[in-house]
Amino acid sequence: MTPDQFNFLRAFLKEHSGLVLGEDKRYLLDSRLNPVAKQFNHASLSDMVVALKRPGAQKLSDAIIEAMTINESFFFRDMTPFDNFRNIMLPHMLKERATSRKLRIWSAAASTGQEGYSLAIELLEQKSKMSGWRTEILGTDLSTEALAKARAGAYTQFEVQRGMPSNLLMKYFKQQGAEWMVAPAVKSMVTYKPFNLLKEFRSLGQFDIVFCRNVLIYFDRETKADILQRMAKQMAPDGYLVLGAAETIIGLSDAYKMVPGVRGLYQRSADKAAIPAKAKTTAAASDRWKAKKATAIPAVKPRTARPLRAVASSSRTNLFAKNR
Amino acid sequence: MSYCLIVDDSAVIRKVARHIIESLEFETDEAADGSIALKKCRENMPDAVLLDWNMPKMDGMAFIKALRQEENGKKPKVIFCTTENDAKHISQAITAGADEFVMKPFDKTILETKFQQVGLLD
Repeated sequence: MTPDQFNFLRAFLKEHSGLVLGEDKRYLLDSRLNPVAKQFNHASLSDMVVALKRPGAQKLSDAIIEAMTINESFFFRDMTPFDNFRNIMLPHMLKERATSRKLRIWSAAASTGQEGYSLAIELLEQKSKMSGWRTEILGTDLSTEALAKARAGAYTQFEVQRGMPSNLLMKYFKQQGAEWMVAPAVKSMVTYKPFNLLKEFRSLGQFDIVFCRNVLIYFDRETKADILQRMAKQMAPDGYLVLGAAETIIGLSDAYKMVPGVRGLYQRSADKAAIPAKAKTTAAASDRWKAKKATAIPAVKPRTARPLRAVASSSRTNLFAKNR
Repeated sequence: MSYCLIVDDSAVIRKVARHIIESLEFETDEAADGSIALKKCRENMPDAVLLDWNMPKMDGMAFIKALRQEENGKKPKVIFCTTENDAKHISQAITAGADEFVMKPFDKTILETKFQQVGLLD
C-alpha cells in the first residue's frame, strides 16, 4: 500500500467510524483487512483501496469499517439486554433480595467499559427503589489496554454517541475538551479487573447477574461449555445470564434455562445446577456473599415484567420533561 | 413506510444522511433550510426530522420552535444533527422540543441507535 493509500484509508476510517488509526496501529490493517480483501476478491489491500474509492462501494466500505471496529463496544449495546435488565432482572432482584439488599453483577467481557457503565446508569436511574442497597459491578476482560480505557472512563464524541441517549449523556457525563468523562457517581459503581475466562472463577465470588456477551464466540465448543458450566457455579440459584444477540446456550449447558419469550436471557436452572461438592468450596470462598444466601434467596419466582416497564419508561420521560 | 425529512444546508450531508436513512427503510425528502422544511411539513407532516442547526434563512432552532406550534407539529421525532457539540447546545435543543441530538460527524451506527432510541425503529 502506498503512503497515499494509507492516508486515504486512515481518513476514511476517521470519517466513517471515528477510529483514529495511528502509525503504531498500522499492523491492524493487515490483520483485519486482508480477510476483507480476500472476501471481495482483491489481490491486495492496495487493490481494495482502489475499489473503495469508486462510487457505490458501500458493501466494501461497510465491511472495512466492521472489521476495523470489531472490538469496539457501544453503550446500551443492542438495547434489548438493558430493557431486560430494567424490566425483568432488576424487578426480580429487588423483590428477592429485599432482605439482603445486595446485588452483584459481572460484566464478563467488559472491554472498554461501556457495558459496565451502562448497567451502572440503569441502577442509578432506579436509585429511588434502591436506597440502602449495596451493589457491585465487576468488569473483567483479558485486555489490560481495554481495561485501562474503561477505568479512565473517557470517551470520544463518536463513542459516546454510539448508544448513549442525549438525556443520559447530559446527566451522567461531563464534557472535558474533546472527551466525555463518566461522572464519578457512575464510575465508582464499577470495578475493573483483568481476568481470563479460561482461569478458575472461584476468586470472583458469587453473582446475581452475569453479562457474558459476544465473547464465547471466540472459543471452541468444548471451552464454551466449560465456561458456561463453571459460570453457573458462581451464580445465585436464581441468577440471570445474558448472552450476545447471536449466541445461544442450546447444546452447551444444562445448568441454565431459557427465560420464556425473552431471547438471549437465561436463568440458572435450580434443579440441574451443577452445585454439589465443588460449589460448597466456591461459596465458602466468598463468605461475605454466602452468609445471607440461605435466607435471602428463595425459590425462583415468575417474572414481573410489566409493572416496572411503565414506571421505568415514565421516569425516563419525566427526566426529559424536566429539561423541557 | 415512515417518512423522514432531512434538513441541512449542505447537499453533501443531505446525501449521506439520505443514503443511511433510506437503508433504514424510510422514505426521505430534503430541505436546504428551515423555511423550506416548514413548508414541506405543512404539506405532509413527516414521522422524523433530521435537523441541522446553522442554516441560512431559518435555522434549526427557529424551525423546531415553529414546527412544535403547528397543528400536528408534535408528531415528528426531531433529531438535531449538527456540528454544535457541547452540553449547552444539547440542553437548549432538548428544551426546544428535540427528541435526540447527534453531534457531527455521524455514521450509520449513530443514526441507527438514535432512531431506535426515539422509537422510530423496532
